[in-house]
Amino acid sequence: MRQPVDILAPLAFFIMVASLFPLGIGPDKSLLLRIAPGIIWVSALLASLLGLHRLYETDLGDGSLEQMLLCPGPTVLFVVGKIAAHWLLSGLTLALISPIVALQYGLERASLWTLLLSLMLGTSIFSLIGSIGAALAVGGRGGSVLVALILMPLYVPVLILGSGALTATLTGADPSAHLSLLGALSCAMLALAPWATTAALRVSVE
Amino acid sequence: MLKSRKLVPERLSVTLRCRELGCRRGSLTLFRNVEFQIGAGEVLQVVGGNGSGKSTLLRTLVGLRPPDAGTVLWRDSDVHCEPARFHSELLFIGHASGVKENLNAVENVIQSELLVGPSAEVRALEALAHAGLSAHAYSLTRTLSQGQRRRVALARLYLAQRKQVWILDEPFVGLDSHAVKTLCDGMQAHRASGGIIVYTTHQDSMSWGGRKLQLGKSV
Repeated sequence: MRQPVDILAPLAFFIMVASLFPLGIGPDKSLLLRIAPGIIWVSALLASLLGLHRLYETDLGDGSLEQMLLCPGPTVLFVVGKIAAHWLLSGLTLALISPIVALQYGLERASLWTLLLSLMLGTSIFSLIGSIGAALAVGGRGGSVLVALILMPLYVPVLILGSGALTATLTGADPSAHLSLLGALSCAMLALAPWATTAALRVSVE
Repeated sequence: MLKSRKLVPERLSVTLRCRELGCRRGSLTLFRNVEFQIGAGEVLQVVGGNGSGKSTLLRTLVGLRPPDAGTVLWRDSDVHCEPARFHSELLFIGHASGVKENLNAVENVIQSELLVGPSAEVRALEALAHAGLSAHAYSLTRTLSQGQRRRVALARLYLAQRKQVWILDEPFVGLDSHAVKTLCDGMQAHRASGGIIVYTTHQDSMSWGGRKLQLGKSV
């Protein structure tokens, strides 16, 4: 992931998609406010899927994946490092830029904080679960479509929780229930995903 | 049973053993009933035509692939059940060199053997000098030729602290005659100091009394 395009592509995609909707729908303020959570979250989800299938592809191609699996130390550390790098470069940056994008929908300050926090948690879950999908699909010919198919059922709960949190803030309700569930999911995935990814990598390398 | 195995002095049971090893690819049986045992200071060359399963055999030995039949034993413990023990003493270089294109040669050597500490760079430079790549030590591997990339991958073999077992899949591919000689000398030195080498090659110039394992005959 040292190529700049791997980092910029998801960001650019997110900004583009989230910005095109207000332009396409028109200046209907109440409508924009109602659909903002859904659109921003779907854009973030699709942006996360972009390039995920390449997470382990170069490592498989140049043989370094085999070397990592043969490391006497725990391979899990390597996987955690990869996921952390992926999240920091594409997930966290996306979350940090989302408030600026969300201004186009007329969101207020308070809801921007909820958006930021929910997207930080949500993108971390996307990276963690996404790593499992990428590890399962690496070396195959399905590419991004295969990874998207594998991951979509797992991403949907995150989408529902995340956009639910933002909708709650917009309607004046308390988003802490949604945010707590997102946080719990994030912790659970942090515990499970590295091991699941390692197992999937071992199978893919066979 | 495990306890009595641990009582055996480690030095005496330095053997890599294969029992009735068999591998399949889909419905095609690559090889069956492969048996051998090699100890310290011994070299095994796996011979066979293209597609006879040499690479698959090496990958099964190493533990990247579970065997479809039989077991691989290192120091009398199953490699598939206790991989860490074998992997801490193993150096494997497969077909794909394991060299990252976006790193320079020194970083690649450091990363491949997970060298740590302030002496890491010095040791990597020494190994690269031995491999004849001092001039390119800080060049991005992407800018090197195929043969040079292969030599960066092989530089791990010349690090001072050596792993006991070397399993090399076609290590001579792409090397010029000078690099071939350096590698042969390195392998001789390793064997002399009690190391174990399993390798495959199509080169005929390896005549040093090592044993040969022929694949592809009985299938």
